[in-house]
Amino acid sequence: MKLNWQFILDSLPLYRDAAWITLKLGFWGILFSLAIGLICIIAQYFRVKLLRSIVQVYIELSRNTPLLIQLFFLYFGLTKLGIALSENTCAIIGLSFLGGSYMAEAFRSGLEAVSRSQIESGLSIGLSRAQLVRYVILPQAFSVGIPSIGANCIFLLKETSIVGAIAVVDLMNVTKDLIGMYYQTFEALFMLVAVYLIMILPLSIFLTWLERKVRYAEFGNQGSV
Amino acid sequence: MQSLGIRVLFNVKNIRRLLEGLMVTARIAFISILIGSLLGVVLGVIWTAKRKWIRSICRIYLEMFRIIPIFVWLFVMYFGGTTALNVDLSGETVSIIVFTLWGTAEMGDIVRGALKSLPQHQVESGKAIGLGFWELYRYILIPQAVRRMLPGAINLATRMIKTTSLVVLIGVIDVIKVGQQIIEYSRIEIPTASFWVYGFVFILYFAVCYPLSKLSRMLENKWNR
Amino acid sequence: MEQIGVLIVNRKTNEVLLEVEGLHKKYDGITVLEDINLSINKGEVVVILGPSGCGKSTLLRCLNGLEKIQGGDIRFHGKSIVSKDVNWQEIRQRIGMVFQNYELFPHMTVIENIILGPVKVQKRNKSEVLEQARQLLDRVGLLDRQNSYPRQLSGGQKQRIAIVRALCMNPEIMLFDEVTASLDPEMVREVLDVILGLAKQGITMLIVTHEMSFARAVADRIVFIDEAKICEITDSHEFFTKPKTERAQHFLNIFQY
Repeated sequence: MKLNWQFILDSLPLYRDAAWITLKLGFWGILFSLAIGLICIIAQYFRVKLLRSIVQVYIELSRNTPLLIQLFFLYFGLTKLGIALSENTCAIIGLSFLGGSYMAEAFRSGLEAVSRSQIESGLSIGLSRAQLVRYVILPQAFSVGIPSIGANCIFLLKETSIVGAIAVVDLMNVTKDLIGMYYQTFEALFMLVAVYLIMILPLSIFLTWLERKVRYAEFGNQGSV
Repeated sequence: MQSLGIRVLFNVKNIRRLLEGLMVTARIAFISILIGSLLGVVLGVIWTAKRKWIRSICRIYLEMFRIIPIFVWLFVMYFGGTTALNVDLSGETVSIIVFTLWGTAEMGDIVRGALKSLPQHQVESGKAIGLGFWELYRYILIPQAVRRMLPGAINLATRMIKTTSLVVLIGVIDVIKVGQQIIEYSRIEIPTASFWVYGFVFILYFAVCYPLSKLSRMLENKWNR
Repeated sequence: MEQIGVLIVNRKTNEVLLEVEGLHKKYDGITVLEDINLSINKGEVVVILGPSGCGKSTLLRCLNGLEKIQGGDIRFHGKSIVSKDVNWQEIRQRIGMVFQNYELFPHMTVIENIILGPVKVQKRNKSEVLEQARQLLDRVGLLDRQNSYPRQLSGGQKQRIAIVRALCMNPEIMLFDEVTASLDPEMVREVLDVILGLAKQGITMLIVTHEMSFARAVADRIVFIDEAKICEITDSHEFFTKPKTERAQHFLNIFQY
């Protein structure tokens, strides 16, 4: 299979711009997801019955429906109701809506991993609630939660491939256009795969390394060495 | 006002077409999950091989689907496959192929993890009472492995079902596409149709995925892995 | 000093540190502790014995505010500590507790584990605390491990460090909750030796344990709890030779072959 390298070279700027948009959308999606996840976790912590129920419903809804439908609903559905949003805004909202529940779950699993006995241990040396959170709970929750959070980030970045469906000028649409216009199918597809590889592979490797580094919480308190 | 809009869902012709589209989605999901699970079990067993190179190949196979978004693979197969083989592959065929490959990879990982986590002494005590290779698998390993696999497998099935939403983007006439056609058709009469139709599809996916994820969590808690 | 493991007599002073009166505790509707009356003087070592599940650990946890009680009173230096507006944070600095599973903080080094309380809670001078911490570590023979992480240590080492961590807060009374129950037999001795050392120094201690000969060696008094109630409270040497109640005798017989 011979690839038209000249074409690939010529198409680089298009792919670069599209990749940039993908990364930007992914970045904001991840940021807002973390924020939403944090809000969820705080709402659950304060044990206000109503808040907790709302958060529960939100998490179940966003985790059990596909991003595509969420995007269509936002972009096409809301427009008909009079609320018109740009495609990029919709993309970020959609990603954040989906990602928020995943992050909330990651935070929750991190916090739950800190055992009751650890908390009692901290209490027994007179730590206040705030000190308990800061010195005992958060560090351990963080190390347990980081792999999940990292995985969620990669997941969200991959999900950005879907936003093309609502007319965002992303990698998928660039590829589709190039195939449609120039029939350089293999070249376009090659670029598509290559760009995603370049974007995500380093993150994946970094995440694996990070997981290994923060593994101490698993082995810290278990019996003799 | 909105009650006029919801009319679009109560039209018998619409409902029938939506169900036909649903059948297509269900077909893709069902076949992929079925074949993917079976092949995945085979892959999982192969993955426990002693030789490192076999395991590495399996690992790379999985990572290809973990790093490159599924949508990209759909594109590659759809546009690339059609061009390469000079055959007009239908979107449905491509979807089934890609989803099956993906399902096999993920299922293989789940199965491998389950097999690896089985306590070695179970195998030893089985051998000690004279069980042969097949009996070991049938009476000791498989029942226990199934318990460890099932939550993850159900979770995978749920993810696959959600991802079937993407097939509309490579031209498959699934429930979403039918919905879009209905929206187009009803554009003048019922301008808010997109809200209702997408809302309907949203609820549809939720109605399938939510029970599955609840089941998975219930099993996980019951067997408390 | 006598043989048969009675260490030091007349350690006990007349000052009452901790008093328990009519304590009732229910758990899930089941009465776990009933009408517990006990008082502990400064300098005493009191060991709580009894069959498993009789409420020994629960009693200890009540004294440290980790469990709520449904009836009765606990008084520390004469002041009740069971009301709602009690500042447990302040009290826990004066009541030290060591747990069965050591529960060191896995993300901190040994020395960081030890100085966290004194520096952040008691707001003491860091160098002064470090000095004390190192002295204590030296006393239990683990000074060379001050920069290790808990996961690099054996169970016995972790437990000794847990004891040092509690001691560094300069508590007035130390509570030990089955601290050797999770340890391999070879490591039990090193921990018990530390506790014996503390007894010699006159530190007030309330110990829950299964180690009979250790209890015999270290205790001033034995509190025998059976089925949620105090069966008897006897001086140590008397308990092991001629306990007052039949149930206690039955219990002791379990440990004789």
